[in-house]
Amino acid sequence: MATLEVSGLRKAFGATRVLHGVDLTVADGEMIVIVGASGCGKSTLLRLVAGLETPTEGRILIDGRDVTGLEPSERDIAMVFQNYALYPHMSVAQNMGYGLRIRGLPRVEIARRVDEAAKLLGIEALLDRRPRQLSGGQRQRVAMGRAIVREPKLFLFDEPLSNLDAKLRVQMRAEIRRLQQRLGVTSLFVTHDQVEAMTLGDRLVVMHQGHAAQVATPMEVWAKPADTYVAGFIGSPAMNFLEATLAENGAAAALRAGPVLRFADGPRPGEAGMPLILGIRPEHVQPAAEGMPLAIELVEPLGSETVLHGSLADGEALVVKLAGPAPGGATLPVALPPAALHVFRQTDGARLDPG
Amino acid sequence: MQSPLGAPRAPWLTHAILIAGVILFAFPIWIVLVGSTHDAATIGRGEVPLLPGGHGWENYLTALGRGSSVLAGLGVGPMLVNSLVMALAVAIGKIVISFASAYAVVFFRFPGRMLAFWAIFITLMLPVEVRIFPTFKVVSDLGLVNTYAGLIVPLIASATATLLFRQFFLTIPDEFVEAAKMDGAGPLRFLWDVVLPLSRTNMAALFVILFVYGWNQYLWPLLVTTSAEVETVVIGMVKMIGGEANTEWNIVMATCVLSLLPPVAVVVLMQRWFVKGLTETEK
Repeated sequence: MATLEVSGLRKAFGATRVLHGVDLTVADGEMIVIVGASGCGKSTLLRLVAGLETPTEGRILIDGRDVTGLEPSERDIAMVFQNYALYPHMSVAQNMGYGLRIRGLPRVEIARRVDEAAKLLGIEALLDRRPRQLSGGQRQRVAMGRAIVREPKLFLFDEPLSNLDAKLRVQMRAEIRRLQQRLGVTSLFVTHDQVEAMTLGDRLVVMHQGHAAQVATPMEVWAKPADTYVAGFIGSPAMNFLEATLAENGAAAALRAGPVLRFADGPRPGEAGMPLILGIRPEHVQPAAEGMPLAIELVEPLGSETVLHGSLADGEALVVKLAGPAPGGATLPVALPPAALHVFRQTDGARLDPG
Repeated sequence: MQSPLGAPRAPWLTHAILIAGVILFAFPIWIVLVGSTHDAATIGRGEVPLLPGGHGWENYLTALGRGSSVLAGLGVGPMLVNSLVMALAVAIGKIVISFASAYAVVFFRFPGRMLAFWAIFITLMLPVEVRIFPTFKVVSDLGLVNTYAGLIVPLIASATATLLFRQFFLTIPDEFVEAAKMDGAGPLRFLWDVVLPLSRTNMAALFVILFVYGWNQYLWPLLVTTSAEVETVVIGMVKMIGGEANTEWNIVMATCVLSLLPPVAVVVLMQRWFVKGLTETEK
């Protein structure tokens, strides 16, 4: 049980700068999911915490102790790798107990911890098998078991579910969450999958080009994305972005597509005519008799809901998610409810809140 | 069973070619086997018998006992021991050295790493004959002529085995190294607990190849051994047929058969491992 504190972490590989100063404080027992597209630096961040890479700058503290200069084995952490990294020539029990054997724990103690972890994961029957005799889900459990027996201060997960098929992934996702909550071990979980991120994390770190674009709870990230990148990354189908300018002393936005929309939550600071980006999630767009005409280009029926791809009068694309089947017709009049609007500055994509 | 290329149109042709191949390879060995069971006179007359004679037992006893008359009463036994020592030491030495150097080149980052690798690799292009005189000079200056050390050490360096181990080590996933780091296994521990067990089949295959290689060495032992104590069986055999007039062909043939046995034994006993090592990886 421990806290983790990362401050001013930078990493460069030669001339390529991968992390540009990341700060993060993780509370005891918290599950943090680091999410982002490939190349955003999320794995590098995890590997820096693990000690597999040395930071160019910055400090890492586990439980208040500075571990920046320590070897991975001295940091009291355990890691679950993407391909599990189980030694093929050792049995499941040997794999799980290997780290303990190196630390010189007595045989009895190792056996006790391995049995305990195996029981927790439901793999008691597999202890004598070799990794190659196991299915993907079983290997995943063994990899978890190897982390658990160490009784570490910190769990690190490096995309551990991406090698599983879709169904198993959902199942293991829930299992990891349950296990983490039961053991109460502080955890970092790296993934590129937004559903994994939303369902697993107490808080998310959305990474973008070596920065932490937003650190917040999943619902906060969804409801109040810090910038256009986060807004577009979380949510499926992705949020719509429409160009607009600030109007009526900051109380409304004039869409390039025509209508002027008054903000529901108060005026935004800034001079009139400031270029804005309005974001609205597809599920929030509503059909309305007096709305803007949307020329439908593609209909994707998903059973309980329908996704419409279309374009507005000025040619801007808009995606709409409707409950139920698609209405007929080549055009659909739609309205953008002001309460569901996200307002961003066009220049840097940052969120504009009333104030 | 259907072959990948489909059923052959003329099965007899396939068999004819295969039989021709087998005869080509097996016939000389048959001649040797048969020759070692006749008396000296038969072969001395220039006959090449195709069926076994009745002198096998005494020929082999002679070969093991006093050896050929050219060898001044020294039997083949000690030579076989010399060959065995040399082949074993060369095979094991080569495996140990190349395993260690490949491990260093693959798993460590140090200045001159690639230079070291290329320096080793480039010796692949130099045949033994090219560097045999400088090597002899070094060995003789060190006073190692007519010793096991002189016979064995120069043959131990092996670019081929180093390259083979390197290629194998490169297929070991980085995650194993990282997992070992998390587990707190140092480089030696990782070598012993992970890399070595994973390389077992490769080592077995290499051992078979290198044992036969060491056993068959001719040029180097010829140069570096002048006394009978360290002579290998290959050299002994050559000496036996050196004198024109009184070559005891039956004894030479018996020695030949005796010298065939250890490599054959190694190949037969380790065949399973050998094939495994060349065909599958334990991953």
